Amino acid sequence: MSSISKFFKNNIRQYGMVIALAFIMVLFQVTTGGIMFKPMNITNLVLQNSYVLILAIGMLLAIVTGNIDLSVGSVAAFVGAVSAVMMVDNHMGVAPAMVLSLLIGAAVGGFHGYFIAFLRIPAFIVTLAGMLIFRGLTMVILQGQTKAPFEKSFQAMAAGYLPGMDLRWHGLNIIAIAAGILLSVILVVAMLRARGTKMRYHFETMPLWLDILKIVVIVGAINLLTFELAAYNGIPIILIILSVLIVIYTFVTQRTIVGRHVYALGGNEKAARLSGVKTNQILFWVYVNMGVLSALAGLIVAGRLNAATPKAGTGFELDAIAACFIGGASASGGIGTVIGTIVGGFVMGVLNNGMSIMGVSVDWQQSIKGLVLLGAVWFDVYTKSRAQTK
Amino acid sequence: MAEQILEMRNITKTFAGVKALDEVSFSVNRDEIHALVGENGAGKSTLMKILSGVYPHDSFDGSIHFEGDQCRFREIADSEAKGIVIIHQELALIPYLSIAENIFLGNERATAGVIDWNRTAVAAKDLLAKVGLSDNPTTRIADIGVGKQQLVEIAKALSKKVKLLILDEPTAALNDEESSKLLDLLLGLKKQGVTSILISHKLNEIARVSDAITVIRDGSVIETLDNAARQIDQDRIIKSMVGRELVDRFPKRESKVGEVVFEVRDWTVMHPLYDDRVVIDKVSLKVRKGEVVGLAGLMGAGRTELAMSLFGRAYGRGHRGTILKDGKELKAHDVNSSIRQGLAYMTEDRKNFGLVLIQDIKSNISLASLKKVSVGNVIDQGRENESAGEFAQSMRIRCTGIDQVVESLSGGNQQKVVLSKWIMAEPDVLILDEPTRGIDVGAKYEIYTIINKLASEGKSIIMISSEMPELLGMCDRIYVVTEGEISGELDREHASQESIMGCIMNHKRRTTA
Repeated sequence: MSSISKFFKNNIRQYGMVIALAFIMVLFQVTTGGIMFKPMNITNLVLQNSYVLILAIGMLLAIVTGNIDLSVGSVAAFVGAVSAVMMVDNHMGVAPAMVLSLLIGAAVGGFHGYFIAFLRIPAFIVTLAGMLIFRGLTMVILQGQTKAPFEKSFQAMAAGYLPGMDLRWHGLNIIAIAAGILLSVILVVAMLRARGTKMRYHFETMPLWLDILKIVVIVGAINLLTFELAAYNGIPIILIILSVLIVIYTFVTQRTIVGRHVYALGGNEKAARLSGVKTNQILFWVYVNMGVLSALAGLIVAGRLNAATPKAGTGFELDAIAACFIGGASASGGIGTVIGTIVGGFVMGVLNNGMSIMGVSVDWQQSIKGLVLLGAVWFDVYTKSRAQTK
Repeated sequence: MAEQILEMRNITKTFAGVKALDEVSFSVNRDEIHALVGENGAGKSTLMKILSGVYPHDSFDGSIHFEGDQCRFREIADSEAKGIVIIHQELALIPYLSIAENIFLGNERATAGVIDWNRTAVAAKDLLAKVGLSDNPTTRIADIGVGKQQLVEIAKALSKKVKLLILDEPTAALNDEESSKLLDLLLGLKKQGVTSILISHKLNEIARVSDAITVIRDGSVIETLDNAARQIDQDRIIKSMVGRELVDRFPKRESKVGEVVFEVRDWTVMHPLYDDRVVIDKVSLKVRKGEVVGLAGLMGAGRTELAMSLFGRAYGRGHRGTILKDGKELKAHDVNSSIRQGLAYMTEDRKNFGLVLIQDIKSNISLASLKKVSVGNVIDQGRENESAGEFAQSMRIRCTGIDQVVESLSGGNQQKVVLSKWIMAEPDVLILDEPTRGIDVGAKYEIYTIINKLASEGKSIIMISSEMPELLGMCDRIYVVTEGEISGELDREHASQESIMGCIMNHKRRTTA
């Protein structure tokens, strides 16, 4: 019995937000009269939040190093504008234009990273400057106007679905259902194997029934999602992009040397440097990475709106930062996970979505989101201080 | 029978079901210096935190009586109002404020909320004179040394009308001269009616200044020794602390010294901020295979700077001179390549430079050698866990498991984690900077044993220490560092506290002449 209560105590922060997310969704399901879980709305949730989630993944790395990036919204708008010049004005092909856009994002990130990592100017200041610089450049490029329209294939990346939409069985998209089942099988096998490895090295494992419960919940959630998607238009392309990013970044942060170096750098930069971690380089590449992800988000925003606008991406940086903190990242660095951040991002997204359906005014939405952010971080600090004194 | 100023009765404090203090009773007489000793984690700091109100009165069992009254402190301010002031090991001074501002922080000389700077300056000067400092009260804290900072802390305590002063390891960061100045001050304050509780690992100091010595082990008081006649010696205290007699404070080692592995020639380093200030001046030294070489010297002599500049130029700029390893020139411009070429440096400041405190034991141990447990860039967590587990076992790190966060380990165990990290990196030359600072006698012995084992495995060890007996007991050869230069080289037969001090004094005479 004690091992179970210990398990819950140790993992309350990890699972607290997942439970909170589920609770909020159910709550909105009731208050919106069943609209929350409608297939169209679930699909919309994914489409609406994809770019903030992509930004949040990059932001997490910056926050784990103990820094921040305020420029991501402006950089996204800037890259969107540049891509519009390339594709709309100059009729460049979609693929080369996208590659070029991502490279521009990398250069912008490198610009920030150089000042932060090598000249040691605080990230807050550098990226605040970047926020102004690239918002200004966006306006200069667009001359205050909106550039549109983009090609169909470019729009599809942000708003389209996997082909085979018409392969239906009882009105459900077969590809989506199959993807859900396939993913479930992969996950079950992976988790069982991880458990086996732990046993082999004689590490503490969770009680079997808890592991099984965990698998059941995750498999249930995945299949619920794919079922919902199947009942609408199938799997959005953006969901594939997002999933690939989540898998890659989870792997990089948890399992690679580079990832470990990022966390060590955030936990204690001096100790990391004296242990042979090339702290300046790591910090630099974290910002280059942020630049690339900002550019990707900028392309997706442009594709979704089918236009590059001067005001695109306004306030995205704050949503991305909030997602990280709600997801359990520490403002002083060294702590935070990709999955936590994604959950945090969805908490914000569901709040937005649910309150909009309920007809709550935008002003109130802002205030409520602010309170949720404060509450989540307070909960974090509270559980941490209890863990220390008890 | 002297009058009791403080009595703590049957104090029991539990953390997460573990008893940190078990029915501890502790009393202090008026106008004495009462030493509190015990290994790390024995419960000294917990007891003092209870006394000073860091842990409020309802978080433990037992009672506190000060000057005859029972006290129920809810916070530090309550105990300070009674005249109980604690000076923590990590000084609580604000570096960018002046001495005077720090002394009166939270206790400002003010009229209606407006600070009276004249009154502040006069009062500060007064207090500084009492602790024997003649510095200008407007000097910034950052601009004075650690020894003086410690005295400022005491002046700050005096400004609060202190009756009972608690000092937690006040001399840990001080050299011998500064330490003895501080201890003399405590003796002086005693005459003026300030009672002190002194926590220290430096047993020679305790034997010298304290009137009574209370030994705590595993959360219980073992005994209180009367030292009014100063007849208690270190071995007597150690015996009581560890519960057994340590026959020898330094384990024996058969030294099998081989050929020269590491050599430094005319190594010169400039200050990182001031281009024209030479910090390390034409230092040359040699270390052989299987040899333990000591770097002796006073605090601030440049030993740490020398070590860090050799370790991938982690300190200073404008490095000149050559480093040779195995006869070939070693060119390492950063820490990473230094490690790859078989060098390791264990810092003197494990909390700020040695450990990632928020991470677990495993990640800290593997940090400098992730490549060894990885396939390509991907960490093999099984292998990482396995080797960390082996270190936890062989180094006898007392922990709940390798997933324990290092922040919650005691000082000695933290030091073993740092040491494990560098042993895992498999260096040929290992520089240990104050490897036993702030850790207890039992853990020190364990660290010495590990050092001996490494030397007998053929590693070359450079050991920096401010405790001369430690260097004399451990090293095959000692270099004396004075003002950034090597002022002497002494082999085992010729090394003694006198000969080391002689080198330092001779050098100072030469340079001032």
